[in-house]
Amino acid sequence: MNTIKVSQLSFSRGPRPILTDIDLTLQPGRLTAILGPNGAGKSTLLANMAGLLKPNRGHIELGGLELRALSSRERAQRIAYLPQFPEIAWPIDVETLVGLGRIPFAGVATEREDCRAVLHAMEMTATSSWARRIVTELSGGERARVLLARVFAGTSQWILADEPFTGLDPAHQFEAVESLRRFAAEGGGVVLTVHDLSLAARTADRVVVLNDGRIVADGTPEEALDPAVLRSVYGVETEWLVAGVRRTPVIAIHGRHFG
Amino acid sequence: MIVARRWLMPSLLALTALLAFGSVLVGKVTLTWDMWASHDPTTRIVFMELRVPRALLGIVIGFALGMSGAAMQAYLRNPLADPGTLGVSAMAAFGAVLSIFFGVAGLHPWALPLCGVAGGVLAMAALFLLAGRAASVLTLVLSGVILSSLAVAGISVMLSLSPSPWAATEIIRWMLGALTDRSLDDLTLATPMIAIGATLIFLCREDLNALTLGEVGAQSLGINIKRTQWMLCLGMGLLVGASVAVTGIIGFVGLVMPHLLRPLLGAKPSALLLPSAIGGAALVLAGDILVRVLPGGSELQLGVVMSLIGAPFFFALLYSLRRRVL
Repeated sequence: MNTIKVSQLSFSRGPRPILTDIDLTLQPGRLTAILGPNGAGKSTLLANMAGLLKPNRGHIELGGLELRALSSRERAQRIAYLPQFPEIAWPIDVETLVGLGRIPFAGVATEREDCRAVLHAMEMTATSSWARRIVTELSGGERARVLLARVFAGTSQWILADEPFTGLDPAHQFEAVESLRRFAAEGGGVVLTVHDLSLAARTADRVVVLNDGRIVADGTPEEALDPAVLRSVYGVETEWLVAGVRRTPVIAIHGRHFG
Repeated sequence: MIVARRWLMPSLLALTALLAFGSVLVGKVTLTWDMWASHDPTTRIVFMELRVPRALLGIVIGFALGMSGAAMQAYLRNPLADPGTLGVSAMAAFGAVLSIFFGVAGLHPWALPLCGVAGGVLAMAALFLLAGRAASVLTLVLSGVILSSLAVAGISVMLSLSPSPWAATEIIRWMLGALTDRSLDDLTLATPMIAIGATLIFLCREDLNALTLGEVGAQSLGINIKRTQWMLCLGMGLLVGASVAVTGIIGFVGLVMPHLLRPLLGAKPSALLLPSAIGGAALVLAGDILVRVLPGGSELQLGVVMSLIGAPFFFALLYSLRRRVL
C-alpha cells in the first residue's frame, strides 16, 4: 500500500509555528482536498508531505517507510508535486516542459516509456496540440494546464498540487478536476489545496480543513464543510444547496458572520 | 528549427576546425604551402611550438568559457550571467596574481592555476551566497559588481606593492587576456582541469534542466540542490580558474554564445551546454585571428577585443530585457 501517514507533525518557521500536531492518513485511490483560510498552513503541509521541508517534529511515512529516509529520487518517482507559484525560467516548448516531469526516471525508464508518459499526460490535459508552442508565451490558464501535464508525466503514485486550478476558466477547471479524478480512480492518490468551497464539495472524496496550523475538520465534504465548521473557520454564513438533476452540490456564501 | 538542430553541431564543429586551421596560418608571418614544403626548420618551430599550441589553447579556452557561460545562465536562471560579467574571472585572476605576489607560483607549475581555480570557486560560492535563492537580475548583477571591484582592487594593491617590474608585467598580463606566446606547457596545464570541470558540469545537466522549474520545482523532481551547487561551484571554478590562469581574463564569450544559440536550439539548458562550448571555441579562435590580422605595430590583446565586441552586446541585451528585469 502507498498510504501517506502523517503523525504528530509540527513545523515552524523561526519562532512562529505553522503546523501543530497534524495526524493524517491518506489512502491512494481518492481525491483529498485541503481547505482553510489564508495562512492556515495548507501549502506548508503539502510541501512537508512532498518531502520538501524538514518537519521540526513528527513523522511522515510513505507506504510504511519514513519519507525522509527515501532518496530524493525515489521520493520524486513516487510523489509528483506542483507548487502554488510554479516558476518557468526559460522559453522552452510545451513538450520539453512536460518532459521535465520525467527527470526522476532518468536511467530507469526507457526513452519509449518517457515518450509515452509525456504524450499521455498531454492528452489528459488536452494540451497535445501545443507540443511545439513556447510555454512562456501561453496565457496563465494555458500554462496551468501544461504544468498539470508535467505533474501527470511524472507519476508516480501521488499527485500533490497546491492550488492547481488558479487561472483556469470553468470548462478547463472542470476538465482538470476530471483528469485528477480519473487518476485517482485508476489507483493514484491526489491531494489538492483549494479555496473554492463548492469545488471541494463537488469533487473531493475527503476534505481536511486546517485553521491556524491544526486540523479542525476531516471527513466527507458534507461533514468537513458543515456550515458550523465554516462559520468558525472563515467567519462566514453558508448554506449547502443542491442544483439540477445531477444534484451538484453548491455551497452558497450568504455573508459574514458577526457573533 | 528541426533542421537547424540537426545541422548546428556539425556546422559548429566544421567552423571551429576551419578557424583552427586559419589560426595556424595567420600571424606576423602568414604560413604558406611553399614555406611548409621547403622543410625550413624555423617554419617547423613556429608551426609546432607557437601556432599549433596557440590554436589548440584557443579551442580549449573557448570551450571552457562557452560552457561555463551556458551552465551559469542555467543555474542562475538568468540570461545575463557569465563568469566575466559576474566577477568570477576577475576573482580567478586575483587568485593567480596572489600566487605570483607571494611567490607560491614559482614552487610548482600547478600552483598558479590552482590558485586561480581557488579564486574561481570562492567567487562562485560568494555569488551563490550573495545572490541566494531565486535572485533577481539586479541582485545578481550587483553581486557581480561587488566581486569584480573587490578583485580589481586586490589586483591593484598587488600591483603597487609588487617588488619587481617583472612581477608587475606578469600581473598586468592577467588583466588583459591573450593567447599570445603561450606554449604547449600551458595547454597541458589547462586541459586536464578544464576536462574535469566540463565533466562535472555535464553531470549536472539534468539538474540544470530541472531548475527551469525553480529550486522548489527541481527539488520536487528529486534533485539535490546542495549537491548540484557544489558540483557547479567546483566545475565552474575549474573551467574559469584554469582558463584565466593560462590566458588571463577573456570576457563575454560565455555571455554571447548561449544567446546566439538559444533561438536556434531552443532554451533547454542541457541542449545548450555542448554547442555553447564548441561555439565558444570558434568565437575565441575567430577573435584571436582578428587580433593578428588587424593592422598595427603590436597586436591587440584578445581580452580587449572581446570586451569591445561583448560590452555593446551586453548593453543591447540588458536594454532588450530591461522591462522584464527592472
